[in-house]
Amino acid sequence: MMRGFRNLLGALALGAAAALNPAPARAAGEAIVLPDVRFSFEGLFGTFDRGSLQRGLQVYKEVCSSCHAMQQLAYRNLVEIGLSEEQARRIAADFQVPDGPNDQGEMFERAGRLADRFRRPFPNEQAARAANNGAYPPDLSVIVKARAGGADYLYALLTGYQDPPAGFSLGEGMYYNAYYNGHQIAMPSVLNEDQVEFADKTKATVDQMARDVATFMAWAAEPELEQRRQMGVRIILFLTILAGLTYAVKRKVWADVKH
Amino acid sequence: MAIGLHDSTFKNPVIRWVDQRLPVFTMIQKEYGSFPTPRNFNYFWNFGALAMVNLMIMIATGIFLSMHYTAHTGMAFDSVERIMRDVNYGWLLRYVHMNGASMFFIVIYIHIWRGLYYGSYKAPRELLWILGVTIFLLMMATAFLGYVLPWGQMSFWGATVITNLFSAFPIVGEHIVTWLWGGFSVDNPTLSRFFSLHYLLPFVIAGVVFLHVAALHITGSNNPLGIDPKGPQDTLPFHPYYTAKDSVGLVVYFIVFAFLVFFMPNYLGHPDNYIPANPLVTPAHIVPEWYFLPFYAVLRAVPDKLGGVLLMFGSIAVLFILPWLDTSSVRSMRFRPVAKWLLLLWGVNFFVLMWAGGMPAEGIYVTISRIATAYYFCYFLVVLPVLGRLERPLRLPESISMPVLRGGGPILAGAAAKPMEKA
Repeated sequence: MMRGFRNLLGALALGAAAALNPAPARAAGEAIVLPDVRFSFEGLFGTFDRGSLQRGLQVYKEVCSSCHAMQQLAYRNLVEIGLSEEQARRIAADFQVPDGPNDQGEMFERAGRLADRFRRPFPNEQAARAANNGAYPPDLSVIVKARAGGADYLYALLTGYQDPPAGFSLGEGMYYNAYYNGHQIAMPSVLNEDQVEFADKTKATVDQMARDVATFMAWAAEPELEQRRQMGVRIILFLTILAGLTYAVKRKVWADVKH
Repeated sequence: MAIGLHDSTFKNPVIRWVDQRLPVFTMIQKEYGSFPTPRNFNYFWNFGALAMVNLMIMIATGIFLSMHYTAHTGMAFDSVERIMRDVNYGWLLRYVHMNGASMFFIVIYIHIWRGLYYGSYKAPRELLWILGVTIFLLMMATAFLGYVLPWGQMSFWGATVITNLFSAFPIVGEHIVTWLWGGFSVDNPTLSRFFSLHYLLPFVIAGVVFLHVAALHITGSNNPLGIDPKGPQDTLPFHPYYTAKDSVGLVVYFIVFAFLVFFMPNYLGHPDNYIPANPLVTPAHIVPEWYFLPFYAVLRAVPDKLGGVLLMFGSIAVLFILPWLDTSSVRSMRFRPVAKWLLLLWGVNFFVLMWAGGMPAEGIYVTISRIATAYYFCYFLVVLPVLGRLERPLRLPESISMPVLRGGGPILAGAAAKPMEKA
C-alpha cells in the first residue's frame, strides 16, 4: 500500500514538474532579465499596499491616462483601493463622459458617475493611432496578466529608458528601452522626478512612481487577489484536516483486511 | 428477465416501491456497493474516480459561466472580464473551470499511464480501453474549443493554426477549413459554433464515460499484479473499501486543485491570452496549452505539413490499436523486466516531447523532437510487438491473495491460468 502511495506521489511530482514549466516559447536571441522588485502583493499571503495603490491611481490619472485606457474598470471600483465613496464620486465627476441619445436624439456629455467605466482618452483605435505617431497605446486593465513578468515587467519598462548603445539604429519617433522586446518602443519615457505631487507627501521619484503605478495595475488586473488568497488559505487548511480525517477513516475501514 | 416487479431486497417501503418498478437502488448496490473489486489496488486506481469528479466540476462550472459569457467576437473578451469582476464569485468559477481543464489532463495522463504500466488495455479489456481513448480524444477537442472562447490572442491564433491543419489534406483540405470556420477566416461564425460545440461535447463525453464504466463492470478492474481474481478471497466489496480509498485520493486532488486556483491561477496559461484577439497581429510564438505540447512537438517534428498532421493524428490513433500491438500476455510491467524500463523511458520521453513542444521549432529543438517522436512510435510499433515474443517474464503469483495472505486462499480448480506459457 505504501509503495502505491509513493508511486502516486512520484507521478504527481513529475506532473507538477512538467506543469511548473508551462514553457512559453522562448524568443530566440538574447534573454532579457527583469529586475525583481519587492511588491507588497507578492507571495502566498501578500496584500496590496493601499497607500501605494492610491498613489498609483494618481500616476495613472495624471500621466498614463492621457494615452492609455482602462476600459474594464469603473469609478465605483476605486472604493476597493481604500477611497471613500465620496472621493470616488468626486473623481468620477471630474470627467465628462459621452452619453445619449437624449429625448431629442442627440448625444451629449455629462459629468461621470460611479457606475461609469474609466473614460477612454480616445474614442477609437484610429484616433489613438493618429495621435500617437501610428502606435496604439494598449488598454491597461489586464496588462499585468498580459505580459510575461507582470508587475516586474511594468516597473522595468517604466524605468528602463536609456540612450541606445553605439551602432543601434533607432527608428523615427522611437525610443530605446532596455526591457522592451526588440528595444524600440513608441512610448517615450514619461516619468520624471516630481512629475506628480503625491497627496500623502511621498517623494515622487521615478522609482516610487513606477512601483506605485505597477501596484495599481496589478490590482486592476486582479482585483479579487486578496479575497482569493484569504479563501485559499481557509480552503487548503480545511482540506488538509479533511485529508487527515479521510486517511484515518480509510485506515480504520481497512484495518481488518490484510493487504 | 422475467416480466413483472423486480424482486427487491430493500426494506424501506419507499425505496422498495421504487426499486420494484425501477431497480436503480439494486443497480447502485450491485455496481458500487458489493461490486467485487481486486483487493490489491494501489493509489493509481484513484484516477478513474478523480476523472469522473473532474468532469462533473467542469460541467457544473461551465453551465454557470455560460450564463454570463457572450459568444461574439466584439464582446467575448469583455464578457469574460465582466465574469472576473462583476459576477458574484465569477473569478472563482472561471479559475476553477480554467485550471480544471489542466487538472483534468493531469488526471487523465496519470490514468492512461496506469493503464499502460499495468496492461489494463489487454484482453479482455480492449473495448474498455478504446472507449477510454475516445474520451481522451473528445477531451482534447473540448479543451481546444474552450480555449478559443475568451477570444484572446492565443485563442484566435491557436484556432487559426489548428483549423488550418486540415488544409494539409489534398483537394478537400481547403473546403474542410472553410466549412469549419463558417467563412474565409476565423471569425464570428467560428466563435459561435465553437461555443455551441464546447457546450455539447462534455455531454457526449459523459455518455462515453457511461459506456466506459459499463464495460468496466463487465470485465472487472485490472489490478497491479495484472492477474485475474480467482475467487472471493481475491476481492473486496467496492464499498466501503474503495469508497474510503478513493476519498483519500479525492481530497489530495482537491488540495492540488485548490492550490492552483487560489494561488497561481494563471501559471499554466499564456499571458498573450489576456490580450484581446487581433487578426492583424501575430504573436511571436503561437503555443498551445501545456497538455497539447507533446502532440504539437510531434506535428512540428516533420518538415512536411501533411506528414506532420498525419503523424500527430497517428500518435493518438496508435493508442486505439494498442491492445493488438502488445503481444505479451503478461499484463503488469512488474513481471516484465525489460518492457518495464522501456515503458518508463517512454514516460520520460513524453515529458521531453512536452518540453520540446514549447520551444521554438528550430535548431536543436527540432532534432530532439524528432528523436522523441521516433521513440514515441517505436515503443508501440516495434518494442511491444517484438518484445512480447522475446522477453522472459518473471514468475507470476498464483493469485492476488497469495502474496498477501502467505499461502493464499484456496485456488479454485480450473481457474488457475497459465500466463507463463508464452515466454
